[in-house]
Amino acid sequence: MSSVTVNGIAPGPSRARRWLSSFRERETWWAYLFILPWIFGFLVLTLGPMIFSAYYSFTNYGVQQIAGISPTKGVGFDNYRQLLHDPYVATALKNTLVYGLMMVPGRLIFALFLALILMRVGQRLGGIFRTIFYIPSITPPVAVGVLVLTLFNGPFGIVDKALGYIGINGPYWTTEPHWIKPTIALMDIWACGGTMVILLAALYGVPRHLYEAASMDGASKVRQFFNITLPMISPALFFCFIILTLAALNQFTVAYTAFFNSSQSTATNSSALFFSVYLFLQAFRYFNMGFASAMAWLLFAISMTITGINILVTRRFVFYQGGARS
Amino acid sequence: MSIVEQAAPIPQAAPWWRRRPQPKRSWLTRAFFVVLLLFLSVIFLYPLEWLVAAAFKPRGDTFDNTFLPTHWAWNFTGPNRPQPAVQYLFNVAPVGHWIFNSFRISFVGAFAVMLSSALIAFAFAYFRFPMRNFLFAILLATMMLPNEVTMIPVYLLWNHVATFTQDHFHYRIGTGTQYPLWVPNLFGSPFYIFLLRQFFMGIPRDYFEAARMDGDSFFSMWRRIALPLAKPALIVVFIFEVQAKWFDLMNPLIYLRDEATFTVPLGLKLIVDKFNLAGGSVPEYQVIVAGTLLLVLPMILLFAFFQKYFIRGIAVQGRKG
Repeated sequence: MSSVTVNGIAPGPSRARRWLSSFRERETWWAYLFILPWIFGFLVLTLGPMIFSAYYSFTNYGVQQIAGISPTKGVGFDNYRQLLHDPYVATALKNTLVYGLMMVPGRLIFALFLALILMRVGQRLGGIFRTIFYIPSITPPVAVGVLVLTLFNGPFGIVDKALGYIGINGPYWTTEPHWIKPTIALMDIWACGGTMVILLAALYGVPRHLYEAASMDGASKVRQFFNITLPMISPALFFCFIILTLAALNQFTVAYTAFFNSSQSTATNSSALFFSVYLFLQAFRYFNMGFASAMAWLLFAISMTITGINILVTRRFVFYQGGARS
Repeated sequence: MSIVEQAAPIPQAAPWWRRRPQPKRSWLTRAFFVVLLLFLSVIFLYPLEWLVAAAFKPRGDTFDNTFLPTHWAWNFTGPNRPQPAVQYLFNVAPVGHWIFNSFRISFVGAFAVMLSSALIAFAFAYFRFPMRNFLFAILLATMMLPNEVTMIPVYLLWNHVATFTQDHFHYRIGTGTQYPLWVPNLFGSPFYIFLLRQFFMGIPRDYFEAARMDGDSFFSMWRRIALPLAKPALIVVFIFEVQAKWFDLMNPLIYLRDEATFTVPLGLKLIVDKFNLAGGSVPEYQVIVAGTLLLVLPMILLFAFFQKYFIRGIAVQGRKG
């Protein structure tokens, strides 16, 4: 943690002494001057707010306290207890889970599928198609929300019309409660370009000679895919998995654009009520800042747990070329 | 690694009687894949084609789902008339302001975050200073922090700043203005700092030592050597942040109140609420779709010009996994 100085040979000044004396060097001061913006930003926009957020989660901080009408009171663990009792919290968690279970695997598998086909048609054509498949992912989420409302507009939407050609009676995607989450997940799969590019880069990184050696030994294509391709790209798959899981937890914009009217004052559309949406409504529509802070810490705990489990699983299954990476 | 390299023997070709029939990739399989890709491309691009076509259809034709409009209509500008008559995008809301606001916030924010992140990343890459690894570990940890945890206190902070500046300077900075949307970018962003640090670490140290010999200050070293060499990475940071700002709905939703200060995503949300079927009046889907096209188009243009950097940036992001 302390810096390495030139004369690191004992006997000399103690570690603490050397550490302190490094502050006498001009370089140290310049370095701190350069990172000063980040230190300031970290203290004022990250660490401070975290402490305050933890504090608010134990108070009744709300609209009256913001206006200064009534004092802030500590309420102990009431906000956290309310997390268990508020029926919308359970709904929101369930919705987010169901949506994540559809979106994350769907997007990973489809992106991998696309990347594998792109590998088959050579660099030139692959490059052109890669651009085409990437374009949907630069569509802003609010526009995706509008597309959810229009393309999936029941029998009027083009999706149901297309399904009609092959003889399927499409559902009312945006009004039937149990079709809302699949609809959003489908639009997410449509925008899988980023995931595809990451996986494609990983696929190009797999050394050719592994496949040559395997086919010499008589391994089938399927066998090669499971025993060479998947292990070799597992770091990229794992990375995408974490990113997508966190994205699913933070799903806000598409659902809010499509299903929540700014003027409505209640959370009526409970089948599109994702956790982030409910948190936003609690914080900035009802101004229950204390309760919303408790929700934020629940979200924090969930993200950390998922990331932690992922890291543990990686240690076991993910193969890093050239030994384990920390 | 080393074991694999040592053990890898030179593959010897099997004698012809033991050779398996090599599955030659014939033009037929290739053609099959190309056809499959063409089919998928149509599915991927059709929603955007639908959007462009629908933006030029008159009211009531939006959901006829024809490839091209049967009757062409210009939904962006037109005579200003009250509700039962057909509405035009630029008349129903200050759309011109929104576009200008979005562009300004995106570019100012991206420029700020690019420079500040580059400065901080350079310090972490070049200097050796006490607590460097500790501070960098904290920086990496904040990358995983969900935005929701800090969102509420940061809002309250901007609220205080707003009342303070209004009382003392008679000029409002904070909630209700656009400052909270880009001022945090002045303090760098962990992900970009990480990305740029990796890039700076790849620059040979000799370049900087040589500049030191020539009597450069640390600052001019950063300006004259580090920044020009890191240009590709800086462009990646810039376009990523422009994209992030252009996509953002939640922050404008939290901080902006006056319609004239809205950004395009927030404004479009307003239009959607006002003119869709649930809006209470005659639905004006042609206005909604025209607005959506305006939101999508700048991103398409940005992608067209900087395609290489988009793809490269994403690929690099995956590699560091």
